[in-house]
Amino acid sequence: MLTAHPGLPEFDYIKPKTLAEASAFLAEHSKDARIFVGGTDVFVRMRDGFWKEKYLVDVKGLEGMKSVSFDPRAGLTIGAAVNMNQIAESAEVKAHYPLLAEAAHSVASFQLRSRATIAGNICNASPAGDTIGAGMVFGGSLSVHGVGGFRREPLDGFFLGPGRTQLQAGDVVTAVHLPLPPKGAAGKYIKLGRNNIGDLAIIGVTALGWRDGETPSGYRFRIALASVAPVPLVPVAAEKILAEKPITDAVIAEAANAAMEAATPIDDVRGSARYRKLMVRNLTKQAVAEVWGRIQ
Amino acid sequence: MAYHRITTTINGATDVVDVPSNMTLLQMLRDKLALTGTKNGCAAGECGACTVLFNGEAVNSCMVLAVEADGADIVTVEGLAHDSQLDPLQELFVSEGAVQCGFCIPGMLISARALLDRRPNPADHDIRDALSGNLCRCTGYVRIIKAVKEAAKRGHAEPA
Repeated sequence: MLTAHPGLPEFDYIKPKTLAEASAFLAEHSKDARIFVGGTDVFVRMRDGFWKEKYLVDVKGLEGMKSVSFDPRAGLTIGAAVNMNQIAESAEVKAHYPLLAEAAHSVASFQLRSRATIAGNICNASPAGDTIGAGMVFGGSLSVHGVGGFRREPLDGFFLGPGRTQLQAGDVVTAVHLPLPPKGAAGKYIKLGRNNIGDLAIIGVTALGWRDGETPSGYRFRIALASVAPVPLVPVAAEKILAEKPITDAVIAEAANAAMEAATPIDDVRGSARYRKLMVRNLTKQAVAEVWGRIQ
Repeated sequence: MAYHRITTTINGATDVVDVPSNMTLLQMLRDKLALTGTKNGCAAGECGACTVLFNGEAVNSCMVLAVEADGADIVTVEGLAHDSQLDPLQELFVSEGAVQCGFCIPGMLISARALLDRRPNPADHDIRDALSGNLCRCTGYVRIIKAVKEAAKRGHAEPA
Protein backbone atom coordinates (compact mmCIF):
# COMPACT_ATOMS: atom_id res chain seq x y z
CA MET A 1 0.00 0.00 0.00
CA LEU A 2 1.22 3.48 -0.78
CA THR A 3 1.41 5.50 2.41
CA ALA A 4 1.32 9.25 2.04
CA HIS A 5 2.75 9.74 5.51
CA PRO A 6 5.00 6.90 6.48
CA GLY A 7 5.68 6.90 10.21
CA LEU A 8 9.12 6.59 11.72
CA PRO A 9 10.72 3.16 11.30
CA GLU A 10 11.15 1.04 14.40
CA PHE A 11 13.91 1.95 16.84
CA ASP A 12 14.48 1.97 20.58
CA TYR A 13 14.56 5.30 22.36
CA ILE A 14 17.45 5.48 24.81
CA LYS A 15 17.84 8.20 27.43
CA PRO A 16 21.17 7.91 29.22
CA LYS A 17 21.54 9.46 32.67
CA THR A 18 25.17 10.49 32.39
CA LEU A 19 27.61 11.49 29.67
CA ALA A 20 29.75 8.45 30.48
CA GLU A 21 26.74 6.21 29.95
CA ALA A 22 25.91 7.98 26.66
CA SER A 23 29.45 7.69 25.31
CA ALA A 24 29.75 4.05 26.34
CA PHE A 25 26.43 3.14 24.69
CA LEU A 26 27.22 5.03 21.49
CA ALA A 27 30.67 3.46 21.28
CA GLU A 28 29.31 -0.03 21.90
CA HIS A 29 26.61 0.41 19.23
CA SER A 30 28.66 2.49 16.82
CA LYS A 31 26.97 0.97 13.76
CA ASP A 32 23.35 1.18 14.81
CA ALA A 33 22.96 4.03 17.31
CA ARG A 34 22.63 7.74 16.65
CA ILE A 35 22.40 10.79 18.87
CA PHE A 36 19.44 13.09 18.53
CA VAL A 37 18.56 16.33 20.25
CA GLY A 38 15.91 18.26 18.31
CA GLY A 39 15.46 15.56 15.69
CA THR A 40 14.83 18.08 12.92
CA ASP A 41 17.38 16.38 10.66
CA VAL A 42 17.35 12.87 12.16
CA PHE A 43 13.59 12.24 11.99
CA VAL A 44 13.36 13.44 8.40
CA ARG A 45 16.26 11.23 7.30
CA MET A 46 14.76 8.22 9.10
CA ARG A 47 11.26 8.81 7.80
CA ASP A 48 12.65 9.03 4.27
CA GLY A 49 14.43 5.72 4.75
CA PHE A 50 18.00 7.05 4.53
CA TRP A 51 18.91 6.22 8.11
CA LYS A 52 17.92 2.95 9.78
CA GLU A 53 19.42 3.15 13.27
CA LYS A 54 18.23 0.64 15.87
CA TYR A 55 18.76 3.09 18.72
CA LEU A 56 18.15 6.82 19.02
CA VAL A 57 20.00 8.29 21.96
CA ASP A 58 18.41 11.40 23.48
CA VAL A 59 21.17 13.42 25.15
CA LYS A 60 19.35 16.69 25.77
CA GLY A 61 18.62 15.91 29.41
CA LEU A 62 22.31 15.63 30.31
CA GLU A 63 24.01 18.14 32.55
CA GLY A 64 24.88 21.55 31.12
CA MET A 65 23.24 20.89 27.76
CA LYS A 66 20.54 23.54 28.12
CA SER A 67 22.45 26.62 29.30
CA VAL A 68 23.90 29.61 27.46
CA SER A 69 26.55 31.63 29.24
CA PHE A 70 28.65 34.61 28.29
CA ASP A 71 31.93 35.33 30.05
CA PRO A 72 33.41 38.76 29.20
CA ARG A 73 36.90 37.22 29.35
CA ALA A 74 36.30 33.90 27.60
CA GLY A 75 33.32 34.33 25.30
CA LEU A 76 30.15 32.41 24.69
CA THR A 77 29.26 28.83 25.64
CA ILE A 78 26.11 27.37 24.12
CA GLY A 79 24.90 24.06 25.54
CA ALA A 80 24.30 21.50 22.82
CA ALA A 81 20.55 21.34 23.53
CA VAL A 82 19.95 25.12 23.48
CA ASN A 83 17.48 25.77 20.71
CA MET A 84 17.82 28.25 17.86
CA ASN A 85 15.02 30.51 19.16
CA GLN A 86 16.88 30.91 22.45
CA ILE A 87 19.98 31.98 20.51
CA ALA A 88 18.07 34.31 18.20
CA GLU A 89 16.41 35.97 21.22
CA SER A 90 19.26 35.88 23.77
CA ALA A 91 20.17 39.39 24.94
CA GLU A 92 23.83 38.39 25.33
CA VAL A 93 24.05 36.79 21.91
CA LYS A 94 22.37 39.81 20.31
CA ALA A 95 24.73 42.18 22.13
CA HIS A 96 28.03 40.39 21.41
CA TYR A 97 27.37 38.02 18.48
CA PRO A 98 24.49 39.57 16.51
CA LEU A 99 25.73 37.68 13.46
CA LEU A 100 24.97 34.39 15.18
CA ALA A 101 21.50 35.57 16.27
CA GLU A 102 20.81 36.61 12.67
CA ALA A 103 21.98 33.26 11.28
CA ALA A 104 19.94 31.30 13.85
CA HIS A 105 16.85 33.34 13.02
CA SER A 106 17.25 32.53 9.32
CA VAL A 107 16.69 28.81 9.97
CA ALA A 108 13.34 27.34 8.89
CA SER A 109 10.31 28.36 10.96
CA PHE A 110 9.65 29.28 14.60
CA GLN A 111 8.40 25.74 15.33
CA LEU A 112 11.51 24.16 13.84
CA ARG A 113 13.74 26.59 15.73
CA SER A 114 12.07 25.52 18.99
CA ARG A 115 13.75 22.17 18.40
CA ALA A 116 16.77 22.81 16.18
CA THR A 117 20.13 23.51 17.83
CA ILE A 118 23.42 25.13 16.84
CA ALA A 119 25.33 22.00 17.88
CA GLY A 120 22.99 19.87 15.77
CA ASN A 121 23.42 22.18 12.80
CA ILE A 122 27.19 21.77 13.12
CA CYS A 123 27.18 17.99 13.73
CA ASN A 124 24.78 17.36 10.85
CA ALA A 125 27.59 18.85 8.75
CA SER A 126 25.43 19.89 5.84
CA PRO A 127 27.34 22.33 3.64
CA ALA A 128 24.11 24.41 3.77
CA GLY A 129 24.07 24.74 7.59
CA ASP A 130 23.08 28.34 8.33
CA THR A 131 24.85 28.77 11.66
CA ILE A 132 28.08 27.00 10.77
CA GLY A 133 29.50 30.09 9.03
CA ALA A 134 29.08 32.21 12.16
CA GLY A 135 30.76 29.48 14.21
CA MET A 136 33.68 29.45 11.80
CA VAL A 137 34.26 33.21 11.37
CA PHE A 138 34.28 33.66 15.14
CA GLY A 139 36.84 30.84 15.43
CA GLY A 140 34.51 28.54 17.38
CA SER A 141 35.14 25.12 18.86
CA LEU A 142 33.18 22.24 20.34
CA SER A 143 33.31 20.54 23.72
CA VAL A 144 33.16 16.83 23.01
CA HIS A 145 32.71 14.02 25.51
CA GLY A 146 34.08 10.72 24.20
CA VAL A 147 34.96 7.39 25.73
CA GLY A 148 38.29 8.92 26.82
CA GLY A 149 36.66 11.94 28.52
CA PHE A 150 36.37 15.57 27.41
CA ARG A 151 38.27 17.27 24.61
CA ARG A 152 37.99 20.36 22.42
CA GLU A 153 37.47 20.20 18.64
CA PRO A 154 38.08 23.42 16.70
CA LEU A 155 35.56 24.00 13.90
CA ASP A 156 38.49 24.74 11.61
CA GLY A 157 39.18 21.28 10.16
CA PHE A 158 36.09 19.70 11.77
CA PHE A 159 34.19 19.10 8.53
CA LEU A 160 35.32 16.26 6.26
CA GLY A 161 32.43 16.05 3.79
CA PRO A 162 28.64 16.22 3.67
CA GLY A 163 27.53 14.66 6.98
CA ARG A 164 31.09 13.68 7.87
CA THR A 165 33.09 15.22 10.72
CA GLN A 166 35.97 14.53 13.06
CA LEU A 167 33.54 12.97 15.57
CA GLN A 168 34.24 9.36 16.52
CA ALA A 169 32.00 6.60 17.83
CA GLY A 170 31.02 7.45 21.39
CA ASP A 171 31.42 11.19 20.97
CA VAL A 172 28.77 13.51 22.37
CA VAL A 173 29.07 17.23 21.63
CA THR A 174 28.09 19.00 24.83
CA ALA A 175 28.63 22.66 23.92
CA VAL A 176 29.67 25.12 21.24
CA HIS A 177 32.19 27.80 22.25
CA LEU A 178 32.80 31.11 20.54
CA PRO A 179 35.75 33.19 21.74
CA LEU A 180 35.26 36.91 22.37
CA PRO A 181 34.61 38.70 19.09
CA PRO A 182 37.45 40.95 17.85
CA LYS A 183 37.04 44.49 19.17
CA GLY A 184 34.74 46.58 16.97
CA ALA A 185 33.87 43.65 14.72
CA ALA A 186 30.77 43.72 12.53
CA GLY A 187 29.22 40.77 10.72
CA LYS A 188 26.65 39.91 8.10
CA TYR A 189 24.93 36.70 7.02
CA ILE A 190 23.26 36.76 3.63
CA LYS A 191 21.17 33.72 2.83
CA LEU A 192 19.87 33.17 -0.65
CA GLY A 193 16.79 30.96 -0.52
CA ARG A 194 13.99 30.25 -2.96
CA ASN A 195 11.75 32.27 -0.66
CA ASN A 196 12.35 34.69 2.18
CA ILE A 197 11.62 32.23 4.94
CA GLY A 198 12.17 28.66 5.76
CA ASP A 199 14.15 27.40 2.82
CA LEU A 200 17.57 25.80 2.87
CA ALA A 201 20.32 28.08 1.57
CA ILE A 202 20.94 28.00 -2.20
CA ILE A 203 24.07 29.72 -1.05
CA GLY A 204 24.94 31.53 2.17
CA VAL A 205 27.66 34.11 2.80
CA THR A 206 28.90 34.88 6.30
CA ALA A 207 31.33 37.79 6.67
CA LEU A 208 32.99 39.21 9.78
CA GLY A 209 35.34 42.21 9.64
CA TRP A 210 37.27 44.34 12.08
CA ARG A 211 40.08 46.91 12.24
CA ASP A 212 43.46 45.24 12.58
CA GLY A 213 46.66 47.26 12.97
CA GLU A 214 48.79 44.33 11.87
CA THR A 215 47.49 43.91 8.32
CA PRO A 216 48.62 46.13 5.42
CA SER A 217 45.00 47.11 4.69
CA GLY A 218 44.31 47.91 8.34
CA TYR A 219 41.39 45.46 8.37
CA ARG A 220 40.84 41.75 8.63
CA PHE A 221 37.88 39.80 7.27
CA ARG A 222 36.73 36.25 7.88
CA ILE A 223 34.38 34.78 5.29
CA ALA A 224 32.54 31.44 5.21
CA LEU A 225 30.43 30.17 2.33
CA ALA A 226 27.50 27.74 2.60
CA SER A 227 26.19 25.32 -0.05
CA VAL A 228 29.07 25.78 -2.49
CA ALA A 229 31.40 22.89 -1.65
CA PRO A 230 31.28 19.48 0.11
CA VAL A 231 32.09 21.30 3.37
CA PRO A 232 31.47 24.84 4.67
CA LEU A 233 34.09 26.77 2.71
CA VAL A 234 36.49 29.52 3.81
CA PRO A 235 37.70 31.43 0.72
CA VAL A 236 41.20 32.08 2.03
CA ALA A 237 42.34 33.96 -1.11
CA ALA A 238 39.48 36.45 -0.68
CA GLU A 239 40.39 37.02 2.99
CA LYS A 240 44.03 37.57 1.98
CA ILE A 241 43.15 40.22 -0.60
CA LEU A 242 41.12 42.14 1.99
CA ALA A 243 43.98 41.97 4.51
CA GLU A 244 46.68 43.04 2.07
CA LYS A 245 45.25 45.67 -0.27
CA PRO A 246 43.91 49.06 0.79
CA ILE A 247 40.16 48.49 0.70
CA THR A 248 38.21 50.11 -2.11
CA ASP A 249 35.14 49.03 -4.04
CA ALA A 250 37.45 47.52 -6.65
CA VAL A 251 39.34 45.51 -4.04
CA ILE A 252 36.08 44.23 -2.53
CA ALA A 253 35.02 43.18 -6.05
CA GLU A 254 38.38 41.43 -6.50
CA ALA A 255 37.92 39.57 -3.21
CA ALA A 256 34.37 38.61 -4.20
CA ASN A 257 35.74 37.23 -7.44
CA ALA A 258 38.30 35.19 -5.50
CA ALA A 259 35.46 33.79 -3.36
CA MET A 260 33.63 32.78 -6.54
CA GLU A 261 36.78 31.07 -7.85
CA ALA A 262 37.12 29.11 -4.59
CA ALA A 263 33.54 27.81 -4.75
CA THR A 264 32.93 24.36 -6.28
CA PRO A 265 29.15 24.02 -6.10
CA ILE A 266 26.91 21.36 -7.61
CA ASP A 267 23.69 21.53 -9.61
CA ASP A 268 20.67 20.51 -7.54
CA VAL A 269 16.96 21.25 -7.17
CA ARG A 270 17.66 24.54 -5.45
CA GLY A 271 19.97 26.01 -8.08
CA SER A 272 22.57 25.35 -10.76
CA ALA A 273 26.31 25.37 -10.08
CA ARG A 274 26.75 28.33 -12.42
CA TYR A 275 24.05 30.37 -10.67
CA ARG A 276 25.56 29.53 -7.31
CA LYS A 277 29.04 30.66 -8.36
CA LEU A 278 27.74 33.97 -9.70
CA MET A 279 25.70 34.55 -6.56
CA VAL A 280 28.73 33.80 -4.38
CA ARG A 281 30.48 36.67 -6.16
CA ASN A 282 27.52 39.06 -5.90
CA LEU A 283 26.58 38.31 -2.30
CA THR A 284 30.18 38.19 -1.01
CA LYS A 285 30.61 41.65 -2.49
CA GLN A 286 27.41 42.82 -0.83
CA ALA A 287 28.23 41.28 2.57
CA VAL A 288 31.82 42.56 2.67
CA ALA A 289 30.80 46.05 1.50
CA GLU A 290 28.15 46.24 4.20
CA VAL A 291 30.53 45.07 6.92
CA TRP A 292 33.25 47.43 5.73
CA GLY A 293 30.78 50.32 5.80
CA ARG A 294 30.14 49.56 9.48
CA ILE A 295 33.75 49.18 10.67
CA GLN A 296 35.45 52.11 8.94
CA MET B 1 10.63 -2.27 20.03
CA ALA B 2 10.56 -0.71 23.47
CA TYR B 3 7.45 0.85 24.99
CA HIS B 4 7.57 3.68 27.49
CA ARG B 5 5.05 4.70 30.12
CA ILE B 6 4.88 8.48 30.15
CA THR B 7 3.01 10.98 32.26
CA THR B 8 2.04 14.07 30.41
CA THR B 9 -0.31 16.99 30.92
CA ILE B 10 -2.50 17.66 27.92
CA ASN B 11 -4.80 20.67 27.92
CA GLY B 12 -4.58 20.80 31.70
CA ALA B 13 -5.37 17.13 32.38
CA THR B 14 -2.65 14.70 33.36
CA ASP B 15 -2.58 11.43 31.43
CA VAL B 16 -0.52 8.26 31.68
CA VAL B 17 0.08 6.78 28.24
CA ASP B 18 2.07 3.81 26.95
CA VAL B 19 3.87 4.74 23.75
CA PRO B 20 6.29 2.90 21.46
CA SER B 21 9.69 4.51 20.87
CA ASN B 22 8.93 5.51 17.30
CA MET B 23 5.52 7.13 17.93
CA THR B 24 5.43 10.85 17.29
CA LEU B 25 3.64 13.25 19.59
CA LEU B 26 1.26 13.91 16.67
CA GLN B 27 0.39 10.21 16.37
CA MET B 28 -0.15 9.98 20.12
CA LEU B 29 -2.51 12.97 20.14
CA ARG B 30 -4.53 11.85 17.14
CA ASP B 31 -4.47 8.05 17.30
CA LYS B 32 -4.21 7.31 21.02
CA LEU B 33 -6.01 10.27 22.58
CA ALA B 34 -8.45 11.12 19.75
CA LEU B 35 -7.40 14.77 19.81
CA THR B 36 -7.85 15.13 16.07
CA GLY B 37 -7.88 18.94 16.05
CA THR B 38 -4.11 18.75 15.50
CA LYS B 39 -3.66 17.94 11.82
CA ASN B 40 -1.20 15.73 9.97
CA GLY B 41 -0.06 17.71 6.92
CA CYS B 42 3.42 17.13 5.57
CA ALA B 43 4.82 14.95 8.39
CA ALA B 44 8.20 16.57 7.75
CA GLY B 45 8.20 19.76 9.83
CA GLU B 46 7.40 22.06 6.92
CA CYS B 47 3.68 22.92 7.00
CA GLY B 48 2.88 23.62 10.65
CA ALA B 49 -0.58 21.94 10.60
CA CYS B 50 0.49 19.81 13.58
CA THR B 51 1.71 22.72 15.74
CA VAL B 52 1.13 22.35 19.49
CA LEU B 53 2.50 24.11 22.56
CA PHE B 54 5.20 22.04 24.26
CA ASN B 55 6.00 23.61 27.64
CA GLY B 56 4.67 26.88 26.17
CA GLU B 57 6.75 26.76 22.99
CA ALA B 58 5.26 26.17 19.53
CA VAL B 59 6.64 22.95 18.02
CA ASN B 60 5.69 20.71 15.11
CA SER B 61 4.28 17.64 16.87
CA CYS B 62 5.23 15.45 13.88
CA MET B 63 8.86 16.23 14.73
CA VAL B 64 8.70 15.34 18.44
CA LEU B 65 8.63 11.83 19.85
CA ALA B 66 5.71 11.01 22.13
CA VAL B 67 8.17 9.67 24.72
CA GLU B 68 9.80 13.11 24.86
CA ALA B 69 6.54 14.48 26.23
CA ASP B 70 7.12 12.63 29.53
CA GLY B 71 6.66 15.30 32.20
CA ALA B 72 5.78 17.95 29.64
CA ASP B 73 2.83 20.31 29.43
CA ILE B 74 1.10 20.10 26.05
CA VAL B 75 -1.61 22.40 24.70
CA THR B 76 -3.49 21.54 21.51
CA VAL B 77 -6.17 23.53 19.70
CA GLU B 78 -8.76 21.72 21.84
CA GLY B 79 -7.20 23.38 24.89
CA LEU B 80 -7.47 26.99 23.74
CA ALA B 81 -11.06 27.54 24.81
CA HIS B 82 -11.82 27.72 28.54
CA ASP B 83 -15.21 27.30 30.26
CA SER B 84 -17.04 27.32 26.94
CA GLN B 85 -15.34 30.63 26.16
CA LEU B 86 -13.33 30.73 22.95
CA ASP B 87 -9.83 32.14 23.01
CA PRO B 88 -9.95 35.73 21.64
CA LEU B 89 -7.87 34.45 18.72
CA GLN B 90 -10.55 31.90 17.85
CA GLU B 91 -13.28 34.54 18.05
CA LEU B 92 -11.32 36.88 15.79
CA PHE B 93 -10.53 34.11 13.29
CA VAL B 94 -14.31 33.63 13.02
CA SER B 95 -15.32 37.28 12.87
CA GLU B 96 -12.54 38.27 10.46
CA GLY B 97 -13.39 35.38 8.12
CA ALA B 98 -9.87 33.98 8.44
CA VAL B 99 -10.98 30.39 7.90
CA GLN B 100 -11.43 28.89 4.45
CA CYS B 101 -10.97 25.10 4.26
CA GLY B 102 -9.79 25.13 7.87
CA PHE B 103 -7.03 22.54 7.70
CA CYS B 104 -4.23 24.92 8.67
CA ILE B 105 -6.25 26.75 11.31
CA PRO B 106 -5.41 24.67 14.41
CA GLY B 107 -1.71 25.19 13.71
CA MET B 108 -2.22 28.87 12.91
CA LEU B 109 -4.09 29.38 16.19
CA ILE B 110 -1.42 27.65 18.25
CA SER B 111 1.44 29.57 16.59
CA ALA B 112 -0.47 32.82 17.09
CA ARG B 113 -1.19 31.94 20.75
CA ALA B 114 2.51 31.24 21.32
CA LEU B 115 3.36 34.60 19.74
CA LEU B 116 0.90 36.59 21.86
CA ASP B 117 2.09 34.79 24.99
CA ARG B 118 5.71 35.80 24.40
CA ARG B 119 5.01 39.15 22.72
CA PRO B 120 1.59 40.56 23.61
CA ASN B 121 2.02 43.58 21.34
CA PRO B 122 3.57 42.21 18.14
CA ALA B 123 4.54 44.31 15.14
CA ASP B 124 3.23 43.19 11.73
CA HIS B 125 6.55 41.59 10.85
CA ASP B 126 6.50 39.66 14.16
CA ILE B 127 3.14 38.15 13.18
CA ARG B 128 4.36 37.21 9.71
CA ASP B 129 7.55 35.78 11.17
CA ALA B 130 5.69 33.76 13.83
CA LEU B 131 3.28 32.32 11.25
CA SER B 132 5.90 31.70 8.57
CA GLY B 133 6.01 28.01 9.51
CA ASN B 134 2.25 27.61 8.98
CA LEU B 135 1.22 27.12 5.38
CA CYS B 136 -2.31 27.91 4.18
CA ARG B 137 -3.00 26.40 0.78
CA CYS B 138 -6.17 28.49 0.42
CA THR B 139 -3.76 31.44 0.79
CA GLY B 140 -5.93 33.16 3.36
CA TYR B 141 -2.99 34.86 5.01
CA VAL B 142 -4.27 38.45 4.87
CA ARG B 143 -7.29 37.79 7.06
CA ILE B 144 -5.38 35.45 9.33
CA ILE B 145 -2.80 38.15 10.02
CA LYS B 146 -5.55 40.70 10.53
CA ALA B 147 -7.27 38.40 13.04
CA VAL B 148 -4.05 38.01 15.04
CA LYS B 149 -3.51 41.77 15.03
CA GLU B 150 -7.04 42.39 16.29
CA ALA B 151 -6.66 39.73 18.97
CA ALA B 152 -3.48 41.43 20.17
CA LYS B 153 -5.29 44.77 20.35
CA ARG B 154 -8.17 43.22 22.24
CA GLY B 155 -5.73 41.62 24.68
CA HIS B 156 -4.50 45.11 25.52
CA ALA B 157 -7.95 46.63 25.75
CA GLU B 158 -9.06 44.05 28.32
CA PRO B 159 -6.18 43.35 30.67
CA ALA B 160 -6.73 40.11 32.54
